[in-house]
Amino acid sequence: MSERTGTVRRLLRHPLGLVSAVVLAAIVLAVLLAPVLSPQDPNASSLRDAFGGPSAGHPLGFDSAGRDILTRLLYGGRNTLGGAVIALAVALLLGVPSGLLAGYYGGWFDSAANWVVNLVMALPAMVVLLASRAILGSTVWVLMVVLGFLVAPAFFRLVRGIVASVRNELYVDAAKVSGLRDPRIVARHVLLVVRAPIIIQVALVSGIAIGLQAGLEFLGVGSGDTPTWGAMLNEAFKNIQRAPSLMLWPGLALGLTSGALVLLAAALRDALEDRGTAPAGRRSRRRARTAAPAAPAAPAAPAAPRSADAGTPRTGTPRSADGTSPEAGERAELLSVRDLAVSYVLPGGGTREVVHGVDLDVRAGEIVGLVGESGSGKTQTAFSILGILPEGGRVCRGSVTVGGEEIVGMPERRHRALRGDVVAYVPQEPMSNLDPAFTVGSQLVEPMRHKLRISRAEAVRRALDLLDQVEIADPRRVFGSYPHEISGGMAQRVLIAGAMSCDPRLLVADEPTTALDVVVQAEVLGLLRRLQKERGLGVLLVTHNLGVVADLCDRVAVMREGRIVETGTAEQVLHAPRHPYTQKLLGAVLDGVPARGPWQPSNAEVV
Amino acid sequence: MLSFIARRTAAGAVLLFVISLLSYLLLSIPDVDVGRQLLGQGASQDLVDARNAALGLDRPVLAQYLDWLAHAVRGDFGTSWFSGENVTRAIANRLPVTLSLMVGVTLVTAVLSFLLGVWAGVRRGAIDRFVQVFAVVGYALPGFLVTLVIVLVFAVHLRWFPAIGYVGLTESFTGWLSTVTLPVAALSIGSVAGVSQQVRGSVIDVMRQDYVRTLRARGLPPWRIVFRHVLRNASAPALAVLGMQFVSMLGGAVLVEQIFGLPGIGSMTVNYTTRGDIPVIMALVMFSVIGVIVINLIVDILIGWLNPKARIA
Repeated sequence: MSERTGTVRRLLRHPLGLVSAVVLAAIVLAVLLAPVLSPQDPNASSLRDAFGGPSAGHPLGFDSAGRDILTRLLYGGRNTLGGAVIALAVALLLGVPSGLLAGYYGGWFDSAANWVVNLVMALPAMVVLLASRAILGSTVWVLMVVLGFLVAPAFFRLVRGIVASVRNELYVDAAKVSGLRDPRIVARHVLLVVRAPIIIQVALVSGIAIGLQAGLEFLGVGSGDTPTWGAMLNEAFKNIQRAPSLMLWPGLALGLTSGALVLLAAALRDALEDRGTAPAGRRSRRRARTAAPAAPAAPAAPAAPRSADAGTPRTGTPRSADGTSPEAGERAELLSVRDLAVSYVLPGGGTREVVHGVDLDVRAGEIVGLVGESGSGKTQTAFSILGILPEGGRVCRGSVTVGGEEIVGMPERRHRALRGDVVAYVPQEPMSNLDPAFTVGSQLVEPMRHKLRISRAEAVRRALDLLDQVEIADPRRVFGSYPHEISGGMAQRVLIAGAMSCDPRLLVADEPTTALDVVVQAEVLGLLRRLQKERGLGVLLVTHNLGVVADLCDRVAVMREGRIVETGTAEQVLHAPRHPYTQKLLGAVLDGVPARGPWQPSNAEVV
Repeated sequence: MLSFIARRTAAGAVLLFVISLLSYLLLSIPDVDVGRQLLGQGASQDLVDARNAALGLDRPVLAQYLDWLAHAVRGDFGTSWFSGENVTRAIANRLPVTLSLMVGVTLVTAVLSFLLGVWAGVRRGAIDRFVQVFAVVGYALPGFLVTLVIVLVFAVHLRWFPAIGYVGLTESFTGWLSTVTLPVAALSIGSVAGVSQQVRGSVIDVMRQDYVRTLRARGLPPWRIVFRHVLRNASAPALAVLGMQFVSMLGGAVLVEQIFGLPGIGSMTVNYTTRGDIPVIMALVMFSVIGVIVINLIVDILIGWLNPKARIA
């Protein structure tokens, strides 16, 4: 319950939420107190006063029949809002229980209910309401029941959707296992989840119901003299040439009420989303990747000196003897990163640094592993090199040269020219990195035509050749397939083919095998190694898997909390780790996992 | 593809049949003595009975329905009880008016919402805030209230356009344009608000997808990524919303045609339905539902074309 009061408080702190809540409350109160606020009869008319302006006791003046506008506005609100409440009640009564049943149990009831809902939604509400008047007479209250029936699908669909997705959640399973009966589970767990969306939907549907109700009244469907906002607008519209100002007050009342309802719904949604960001949702993984490196800001402070003393003294140690250590000062021609720092703009303003001064070199024909746990800044470093940092992120310090050219501060257009044909990228998740709307072939052909300025036929030929090179058995079939028609391993091969398509010199591979199963992993790694050898590529391999490092990499850089804590040849780092973090990483990963995994046979077959 | 259309058409036919049966039965509940209403209180009972028999109203409701159905499937919706008009012809005369509105609104909505939505979703910032405010306002205000304000400003005050009346497209193009502009504008505001919001949302979603990053990493220029890849992936949900807008557009047309005095299907609905003129009501309901079914079919085919995963073999 405290969670709920929290939401209410957040809602009231939201400026729009507060204003619309106050406006709504004022309107409802005024309408309820109509007899007190205005003791006149809403139908009392004196033709002498017709179109009369404001006067004492009649602050809003008179309408075309000489009736007091304020009085009619207040009583009209009763009918208009009352009608909407009836429609809403009917819609809730029909929509929510049926949605719960259909979502929770599925089966024939679900199918039947969906069929009915689709039928109702195919009916234009206004036509049905007008036709209903022929059957049910001109009593507006009865028509509002029909309206409730027509808007019930809004609740049914909402509730059914949420319940169906919640039904299979673990905590519902747990409740089932622990012997709770269905009605209790629904009451305790499921209703809790649908409550907030229903409240938002109530605000939206009330707005729609009020609009439709007023529309009906405006068409003159209502019964004679009953004052409603719609009927008042109708009367004003008839006199639009003579007294257009008559439209002002009922129009304002109607507009304010509907507007306040929609804004309230929007504010409610914001307030609930505010609350929803705290616990990890489904999208938290992506958010974690950009925001999480920022999280250990506090613990990073004590870690910093440690990594510094573990990192810098090594300059003089045997590590530099092999001449590969970046600290030696000379910069590799292919890729050289010095003191790279990446920062993100925070939602509340200000920035947060997530990569703090990384040094890294990759030479032609060399595979360098960038190792570290998730959130250590590996991917941010890789994205900086490619110039594809997500929104809000930027390189705030340091230097990155690719093929001898400085890319920090380089205009986007020139940097774009380097991507694809100097430096290429192999992503982590094969499936989500192919555009689902285009065939595999067209996704290979498009960048080649653009970057290499070759003809379509030539690009197609090259694409088929590439698919063959990445060991795809039936290149023609895969060329014409959509991404959802091929397997994950196949998709990763396609992405590797795409990366190779413009003959890059440097490949940045971000966990290229993490999303694949073991056998396929081995095949893809073998493929990467073969291509690297054949083409003399420099590769920056981002990974958390030390087994992969042991097999592929010439050199390794170990990254933690945005810093490189250890670099050296793969052999040195894996056999004689210096930094405690590397030791911990090795201890955690290599226990019981064969460094040369089951992929050796396929590797042999490849080479 | 063909079998998909065939299946959907069959499902649509079933839907039409069920709706027609229910409507006919429901409409027959109030026991209206049509003959008496037509001939007045002074007419003798014999004359009234004869009139009712001539209209076929002396038979059981189900027999009346089957008779109606047998004619309706051949496109003959009978004659209006009260005006004696041929219903099919009356609707055919009024259809161009309503179609002008619908086609106009759909075009305006599609073009404007995609422009605004893509612009807002890609650029963010000020234009994004504008689109969002516009969406809330456009959604919040009841359509006919917006229409009234438009009439007040552009027809009554500024006198740029006529407040009332319709000129056929075949008579005079400029005349048609001037009578149709305000109604189309009035109907478009709500649907542009709804659809542009959807386009904006899905553009933002798609821009965050991994494959967009990978396309950037391949060195493709941003405009090419937006117009080829983002737009295509963001269109499917937007089209679905556009399809749903069509249903509420039918209701909006009723009010807008009434306000602007347009002789379309919408104003016909107001004038005939309230009197319980079953042949006319039935025809109107059938036409609306057919419209909805056809639009949904078109939307589904387009979505399938845009999104291969949703494509039906």
